This record gives sequence, C-alpha cells and structure tokens, in this order.
Amino acid sequence: MTTILGVPAQALSGQLLLGLINGSFYAMLSLGLSVIFGMLGIVNMVHGALYMVGAFTAWMMLTYLGISYWGALLIAPLVVGVLGMVIERVFLRYLYEVDHLYGLLLTFGLTLVLESMFRYNYGASGLPYPIPAALRGGNDLGFVYLPTYRGWVVAMSLAVCFGTWYLIERTRLGSYLRAATENAILVEAFGINVPRMIALTYGLGVALAGLAGVMAAPIYQVSPTMGSNLVIVVFAVVVIGGLGSIMGSIVTGICLGLLEGLTKVFYPAASNVAIFIAMAIVLIVKPAGLFGREP
Amino acid sequence: MTDTASAAMLEINDLNSFYGESHVLHNVSFHVGRGEVVTLLGRNGAGKTTAMRSILGIVPKRCGSIRLCGKELVGLPRYQIPRLGIGYVPEERGIFASLNVIENLLLPPIIKKGGMELEQIFALFPNLNERASTQGTRLSGGEQQMLAIARVLRTGAELILLDEPTEGLAPVIVDQIELAIRTLKDRGFTILLVEQSFRFASKVADRHYILEEGHVVDMIPNAQLASKRAILNQYLGL
Repeated sequence: MTTILGVPAQALSGQLLLGLINGSFYAMLSLGLSVIFGMLGIVNMVHGALYMVGAFTAWMMLTYLGISYWGALLIAPLVVGVLGMVIERVFLRYLYEVDHLYGLLLTFGLTLVLESMFRYNYGASGLPYPIPAALRGGNDLGFVYLPTYRGWVVAMSLAVCFGTWYLIERTRLGSYLRAATENAILVEAFGINVPRMIALTYGLGVALAGLAGVMAAPIYQVSPTMGSNLVIVVFAVVVIGGLGSIMGSIVTGICLGLLEGLTKVFYPAASNVAIFIAMAIVLIVKPAGLFGREP
Repeated sequence: MTDTASAAMLEINDLNSFYGESHVLHNVSFHVGRGEVVTLLGRNGAGKTTAMRSILGIVPKRCGSIRLCGKELVGLPRYQIPRLGIGYVPEERGIFASLNVIENLLLPPIIKKGGMELEQIFALFPNLNERASTQGTRLSGGEQQMLAIARVLRTGAELILLDEPTEGLAPVIVDQIELAIRTLKDRGFTILLVEQSFRFASKVADRHYILEEGHVVDMIPNAQLASKRAILNQYLGL
C-alpha cells in the first residue's frame, strides 16, 4: 500500500475529497455572506438557518408534494430568496443607518426563531433525504472512490460560485452592485433604484444558502440545527478571505475545506479548530483578510 | 430680482434644508433657464453644495419647492429625481474604485433619448478612450474630473449639476474643463455650476447667484460682473 508522509494514500485522498465537499459548501455559503455584508453592511447570522430552510423546503416538497430533488433544486432557492427579501423589507432595511451590531443581533434572533419553529414541528433529530436516482453509485478513480453525488456537489458548487463571480464582476448589473457597495447615495443620484437592488441582492445571497441547503440534504441529514453548526465556520471563512471579497470567499472556502481534511489525516484531534487557528494567524498577519483591500 | 420662471428649466422657491439640528439653507430661491449656465458663488460653507444636494434629495431634510420643467421634485423617491433629466457631477467626483473607466462611464443608466454617443464623449475627452480599462481611481485628478463629467453626458440628462469641477486641478486641466463646459452649452445643455473660483465662473456662466450663510443675497448677470466687482469682492471676501 502506498503511503504519503507515513499516511496511507487512500486515507489521504479520501479525506481530501471530504474536505473538498465541505469546502464547496463553505464557498457557496460564504459567497452569499460576503456579498450581503459588502452591500448591506449586515452580518447575516441567519444565513445558516436559511440554508437549513432550503434543506427543509426540499424535504417537505418531496414528502408532502412528491416534488423531486431536481424540482427542489430550482424551487427551494426561490422560496428562500423570497423569504429573504421579505426579511430585508420588513426588518433589515431599518438597520442600515445604525451600528453593524444591531443587524447581527436581529439576524441571530431570526435564527433562533426559525430553528425553534422547525424543531417544534419536526424534532431535533435528522430526517433522511434520499440521493436522487440519477446520482447514485460512484466511480473508482484509482486513487479514491468518488461517489457520483459528491462529485456532482463539487461541480455544481464550482459552477454556482463562478457564475456568481461572473455576475458581479463582469456584468452591468454587477457593476451597479459594486458601485452601490462603494457609494450607494451616488448610485441612487444616477437614477438607479438602490432599495430594490439591495432587496434583490439579499434575496440572491440567501438563495445561494437555500441552494446549498438542497444540495446538502442528501449528504448531511436534514435537521433544524444543521445550519448553526456550519455558519460559525463559514464566518471564519469570510474573515480569512477578506470581508466583501467574492473571489476571496470562493478560494478560501475550498482551501479551508481541504485544510480541515488534511488535519483530519495528520492530527485528527485538531480538525475542529484548524480553521480557527488559520483565522487567528491571518488576522494577525493580514487583518483585512487574504483577499481583502487594506483600509 | 425679476423672475422669468415660466421659461425656467429649474425653478427653486423657498428652499430650506437641514442637517440634523442645523438649518443650512434659508428660503433659497433661484432659477435656471433652459440652455443657461448659472453659477452659485459663495464662501466655504455658504450652502452651495447643500443647494445642489437638495435638488437631488440627498440631504436629511428639505422643504420648499424644486421644480424641473414644472414638475415638483420634493417628495419624490430619490432615485426618480435624476430620471427626470438631471446629471450629477459631485464635488468629490465619485469615481468608483471597483469599476474601470469604461464601467464608470457606462454606470448611469440612459434616462432619455438624445444623450451623447460614446464617440462624441471621447472626442471631447480623448484621455478617457486611451485609459478605458484602467481602474477608475488610478486616473489623475483631472482625468477623474473629466470622467465624472463624461459619465452624465450619455444619459440624456438635460440639466447638469457641476459641483466645483476645477477644484485642485492644474491650470492646463482647468482650461480643458472650461472648453468642455462651453462645448456642452453649445450643445444645448443647461448647467448649474457651483464654484469657488469666480474667475472661472465669469468665463463660462450667464448669471451668478451669490450665497451667504444659506441665503441668496444677490444675482449678477455676467455682463454686469465688471461693474459689480467691488460688491462681489465683499460677498466673497476676496
């Protein structure tokens, strides 16, 4: 059996694959958080809960309405996006003028409300969601066995991340968004409906979380707290990547997933804290984050 | 002051503006006729920039009447005001760092037909064409000012609000800006100009309103500027 640095190659590549999958979720979630913080200045604590709502929407659609994974992949992000726009219009828009802390507290409160609602109705234990038939099975790539669904998650996540990056960095709509992030008042003084754009941006950001939730449902179980466990790590990713940096979120998300995987191979005890150690080091060396613009 | 308000493109009556507790503009009234270049002159803090920002609704509180071609602007949502035909060139220029020159130029949406074509804009400001893919804030101060003016020309806005376009610029650049303003006037644009430099204002404007501590204290047609030089110096503290 081949070994690398005294570790079986199979174990190493297995953990790296797992890290890549976790990293895919980190990237998709931190992307939305980053866009939202850049544009609204809201530290969106409810992001994890909305990821959970995405997963539950998929589960409920399958259980009650018989709508398949593929339908959920399309509809659940829309549901979460609309829910997000309602949250923005009803609550968040009153907080833009005040300290970031208020936004954090409000979205944290919303998290508790959403999680409690689902725990009350569905209990705390996870509900299973089947892998869609077309994505069952897997392939032995020689160095690692790749379950088809996991390959699909990685590919989809890369496509979604790149698509979002392209939308923001290379399109006209994206140039409005970047400009409004810098100076919303001036963009409004050019005749662009900034309040509507802000609502749509928030909707888009949380729709990404909803989509990640649907994709996560067959891998992790669907449970009310599935988002809370993730959101702390995702915040660390955003801080390391640099608040507001799109590319930073994507690259850092994937890299930190891999770092976590590697730690599991070489020093499993540290795997839960590896990301936070990385965060501490980055904050000391480069406080604006790896891809952040220095103030 | 006699009022030719019926022909006015922009007509402001009894405008009062506030920043929190401080009352910045007091019953300000003035008008700008179609095709005119009108300046607001005054010392620092006289309320010139506030008057301009009040037109666009970007002050915390304002009351009175601001009409553009007869349509009342006070009470409209902020983003709808420019859509009626106003292009804004802010004092700080407002070039976006995360956008390159061409993205900055194309940012303000087209609001009406009849705006200038890109080729015409590049003919007016050739530097911008050469630096199209440069990050906006890497341009020199003069080029940023040109970009700030250029970007409101293609939108179809007929009234342009220019806030201190010559501030901090080298004389050779100031000459270019002057030429640009003349060209725009010849093309039929209406311009409201805020200036500290009365010399520059006298070269491009038809009329001047003098602001002092938030009040309009006088209006001087450009032709009478020479004869009113003494009183003007007193206003501006020259």
